Amino acid sequence: MSTEVTRNRVSGPAIRVQGIEKSFKDLHVLRGVDFEVAAGSIFALLGSNGAGKTTMVKILSTLLKADAGTATVNGFDVAAKPGDVRESISLTGQFAAVDEVLTGRENLVLIAKLRHLTDPGAIADGLLAQFTLTDAGSRKVATYSGGMRRRLDIAMSLIGNPPVIFLDEPTTGLDPQARIEVWQTVKRLAGQGTTVLLTTQYLDEAEQLADRIAILHKGTIIQNGTLAELKQLLPPAKVEYVEKQPSLEDVFLALVGDTGETGTADDDPTNTADADRSAGPVPVRKEVR
Amino acid sequence: MTTHVLGDTRVLTSRSLRHILRSPDTIITTAVTPIALMLLFVYVFGGAINTGSDQSYINYMLPGILLITIASGIAYTAYRLFLDMQGGIFERFQSMPIARSSVLWAHVLTSLAANLVSVALVIGVALLMGFRTGASVTAWFAVAGVLILFTLALTWIAVIAGLSAKTVDGASAFSYPLIFLPFISSAFAPTDSMPGPVAWFAENQPVTSIVNTIRALFAQEPVGSDIWVALAWLVGLLAVGYAFAIAIYRRKIS
Ligand SMILES: Nc1ncnc2c1ncn2[C@@H]1O[C@H](COP(=O)(O)OP(=O)(O)O)[C@@H](O)[C@H]1O
Ligand SMILES: [Mg+2]
Repeated sequence: MSTEVTRNRVSGPAIRVQGIEKSFKDLHVLRGVDFEVAAGSIFALLGSNGAGKTTMVKILSTLLKADAGTATVNGFDVAAKPGDVRESISLTGQFAAVDEVLTGRENLVLIAKLRHLTDPGAIADGLLAQFTLTDAGSRKVATYSGGMRRRLDIAMSLIGNPPVIFLDEPTTGLDPQARIEVWQTVKRLAGQGTTVLLTTQYLDEAEQLADRIAILHKGTIIQNGTLAELKQLLPPAKVEYVEKQPSLEDVFLALVGDTGETGTADDDPTNTADADRSAGPVPVRKEVR
Repeated sequence: MTTHVLGDTRVLTSRSLRHILRSPDTIITTAVTPIALMLLFVYVFGGAINTGSDQSYINYMLPGILLITIASGIAYTAYRLFLDMQGGIFERFQSMPIARSSVLWAHVLTSLAANLVSVALVIGVALLMGFRTGASVTAWFAVAGVLILFTLALTWIAVIAGLSAKTVDGASAFSYPLIFLPFISSAFAPTDSMPGPVAWFAENQPVTSIVNTIRALFAQEPVGSDIWVALAWLVGLLAVGYAFAIAIYRRKIS
């Protein structure tokens, strides 16, 4: 199979998920998930820790098999045509998938070779420059900071220009600076026509990046729409008490009806430059590690 | 996709060989214990062991030492595979359009290369300690063939451990019994000096026939039926280990 295949954009949605179910033993993680992602758009799958976001991404990237339902990526069924799906996608998993022993450049060359591209060295150098890693390129990844690792991780996913990219919690654990860098990269990707499905626990991240936002809760998509559409869902009565525009967080809490343990004390000292919209990332639920 | 098996395996093998070159201590650690055993047995216990043959004790025990070297070396194979699966890199490979078996084969070939280097190191020290053989080139090839088969058989068992382990320690713990197997064999003392049930076990476990075969090849003596028993064990273990490893791998990645 040549890399040309990946360029053949199939008409229709880039990702179509219908009735996907998945259980681990008697834990029913996904109970009939449906959504579509338009080609070239950024789609955010928003959900608290343990909602099943990673499970959904693993099914779409052929790492896990669904118990029921169908899913297509770039027009290919994930169960029937996993090889074609893998030609069409790139996965940036929840935890950076880089080789610590190799240098940054060697990591990029490795992936370029595995994607059977010509001139892996030039591809690596181009990406190092694009992600401001040129100086660190000859150092072992073990010496990199979390932000550098994540940047390298995403750079590795861009090799071969796959039409669909999955980013599973791309900014969890990053400092504010690195977080903004990742956001800029994602926006640039979508500008180039790449379809991006990202998962996040951070409401402001979804607000910042996504064309459409779907909320995954208790195994199903309980809402799916643009930011404006989701904001309209808030009961009007609430508006009288709140002088500012309702944030997506309010929408989420109203929909989920779960106000108990939502972080007011923000243990992640992240703060975004974009202060007019939100003061910082608000975890839907505090992450326990 | 399958057309890429060789190319992908080559790329991934050079990756894990690079891991070893960057931490050569794994090869040295693998060789240190067997070398220490060799020193201990030759200079401390060796004089007290009656091998019933007229060869020097180092000539007598080297085959067993080589098997111990390999048995401890494959623990690192399981360890490296386990670390790959723990980090996200394994899933990255699995989500890419590469030949999926190449991920395992890269670890297997790396294991073979690393163990052969460790074995060469141990043989080098043995030569310094007085090991001598007049073995022909053919006999040396036969010894290499037996050692390669032994490494491959144990490597596939290590792959099973690496794929199914839950902790780093679990990934390498499986090798301890394998390291001790040579002690209850003809590797260090003749089996007829052992008490009944122990002697029975020693005579019927794979290490004894493998040790006897290598010893005979080094001593330019006829290998007799031992080589066939050894080959049957090796091919059998290899086939079973490979089949189980592949089955576990399939279940993991599907
Ligand atoms: N391989 C697995 N075996 C058993 N349970 C799992 C497995 N993977 C995930 N889970 C469980 O499924 C639920 C959803 O996990 P996950 O998809 O990782 O959630 P998220 O990414 O939204 O935080 C969690 O309760 C998690 O513990
Ligand atoms: Mg997750």
